[in-house]
Amino acid sequence: MKLTLRIWRQDGPRDKGKFVAYPVDDVAEDMSFLEMLDVLNERLTLKGERPVAFDSDCREGICGACGFMVSGVAHGPQKLTTACQLFMRHFKDGETVVVEPFRARALPVLKDLIIDRSALDAIVQAGGFISARTGSAPEANAMLIAKPVADRSMDAAACIGCGACIAACPNASAMLFTAAKVSHLGLLPQGQPERRQRALRMVAKMNELGFGGCSNHGECEAACPKGISIDFIARLNRDYLSGSLFEKPEPLSSV
Amino acid sequence: MLAVLASYRTLLGKKGAMAITGAALFFFLIGHLLGNIQIFFGPEHLNNYAAFLKSTGEVLWLLRAGVLACFLLHIYSSLLVTVANQQARPQGYAAKRSLETSAAARTMIYTGSMVLLYVIYHLMMFTFLRTGPGYSPHDVYRNVVLSFQQPAISAVYIAAMLLLGAHLFHGAWSMAHTLGLSGPGYKPWRRMVGPAVAAAIVAGYISIPVAVLAGWVR
Ligand code: HEM
Ligand code: FES
Repeated sequence: MKLTLRIWRQDGPRDKGKFVAYPVDDVAEDMSFLEMLDVLNERLTLKGERPVAFDSDCREGICGACGFMVSGVAHGPQKLTTACQLFMRHFKDGETVVVEPFRARALPVLKDLIIDRSALDAIVQAGGFISARTGSAPEANAMLIAKPVADRSMDAAACIGCGACIAACPNASAMLFTAAKVSHLGLLPQGQPERRQRALRMVAKMNELGFGGCSNHGECEAACPKGISIDFIARLNRDYLSGSLFEKPEPLSSV
Repeated sequence: MLAVLASYRTLLGKKGAMAITGAALFFFLIGHLLGNIQIFFGPEHLNNYAAFLKSTGEVLWLLRAGVLACFLLHIYSSLLVTVANQQARPQGYAAKRSLETSAAARTMIYTGSMVLLYVIYHLMMFTFLRTGPGYSPHDVYRNVVLSFQQPAISAVYIAAMLLLGAHLFHGAWSMAHTLGLSGPGYKPWRRMVGPAVAAAIVAGYISIPVAVLAGWVR
C-alpha cells in the first residue's frame, strides 16, 4: 500500500525543526512501523540524505526505547502496543500519517524523533534505596506475599518507561510513570519502610524537572502500551498526601 | 504540619488543596441548595429559614469566611496549576487525538472562571448592592420570585448553573481521585457517580427559576 509520511525533522536540540513529507509506495502489511522507517531510511541514505533518527532496541515491545506520536496518538492507533509492535495492516492505503516526537519540556527533542528521557531516570533516582536485606539469598518462602498483591505490584512493574503517558497527557505530566514506579515497591513488604518518603521525593523531583500536574484526564492510561491503570495514580496520591501529613518535609532544591 | 505546607510547593500538593477546597465548596453547594429549595414549601417557610440564618450571627459569618477562604485558595491554586501545566509543553503537537478525556475536563479553568463571574454578580444582586428588582431585605421569597420572573435573570442563572455542572461533572470524580479515594473499582465513579451528583445539584438549582417561570411558584 501507499502511504504519505509527514515526519518531524530536526537536526539537533537547538534546531527549529520542520515537517517533511515522504511518500512511501510499497508498504507491506506485515511490516512493523519501525521496519517501514528502516526501508525509508535505506532509500534516504542511497539518495545521500540524512536518515530519520528514531530510537529502538528490543523491537518486541518490552524495552521502552521506541516511541513517537503516530497521527496524534502515542505509539499509534493500536491499543496496548508499542511503535515497534505496531503493524502496517492497521493503516489504510493512501493515508497520510503524521509522525512527530513525544513532546514535553522535561523530555527535550535531541534529533528528529529521538527525545532525551534522562528526566525519567532522575525521578527513579530520587526515590532512593529500599531497606532490603543483602548478602546471601533469602529463603524463598521467608516473606509471604499474597498472590493478588504480588499481581498488582507486577502490574505496576510492567512500566517500560517509554514516556507515552507523558506524551499523551495534555499537561505533559509524569504522574502515571511516577505512580507505577512508586507502587511496584509500595505494594510489597520490602518497600514499606521508605514508602511515603519515596512518594514525597519522587513527586518533588518530577515537579522540579518541569513536568505538569495531573488533572485526571485519563489520557495516560489510554496511551500506555502496558495498560497501566490510573488507579496507581490514586495510590500515589494517597502515599503523597499521607506522607505530607506524617513525614518530615523533604528539602526541595527548587520548586 | 509543616510538611503539609511544604507539600503545597508541588503541583500535586496544590491539587490536594484544590480537591479539599473543592469538596468544601461541594458541601456548600449542597447546603445552599437545601436552603433554597425550601421555596417550594411557601413564603413563610423560606423567609423563616432566612431569618434563622441571619439570627445565627457570628456563626453565619464564620461559615461565610470559611467558604470565601476555600473559594480563594481554590482559585489561586487553579491559576498556578493551569499555568504550570501549560508551560510543561512549550511546543504542542501538529496532530493530537484525545482518547479518554472529556470536554468538561479540558475546560475547567474556563467553566471555573465563569462560575467566579457569576458568583460576583450573584452576591451583588442579593447580598451587597442588592440590585435585585424590587429588593426587600426581609422578604427573600419575594426577591427570588420577582427576579426569576424576569426571563433574562433566569436565563443567566440557568446558564451559570449549566457551566457549574460541567465543572462538577469532571470535578466530582477528579477530587475523589486526587484525594486517593479511588481503587480498582474507580470506573463507576468516573462514569456514573460523579456526573450523577453533579446533575442532581444542577437540576436542584435550576428547578427554582423553571418553577417561577412556569408560574408554579409565585
Ligand atoms: C462553587 C465553586 C466551585 C466548585 C464546587 C469547584 C469544584 C472543583 C473540584 C471538586 C475540582 C477537582 C479538584 C481536583 O481534581 O483535585 C475542581 C477543579 C478545578 N477548578 Fe473548581 N470549583 C469551583 C470554582 C472554581 C473557580 C471559581 C475556578 C477558577 C477560576 C475553578 C477552577 C478549577 C480548575 C482550573 C480546576 C482543574 C484543575 C486541574 O485539575 O488542572 N474552580 N473544582
Ligand atoms: S523497541 Fe523495545 S519497546 Fe519498542
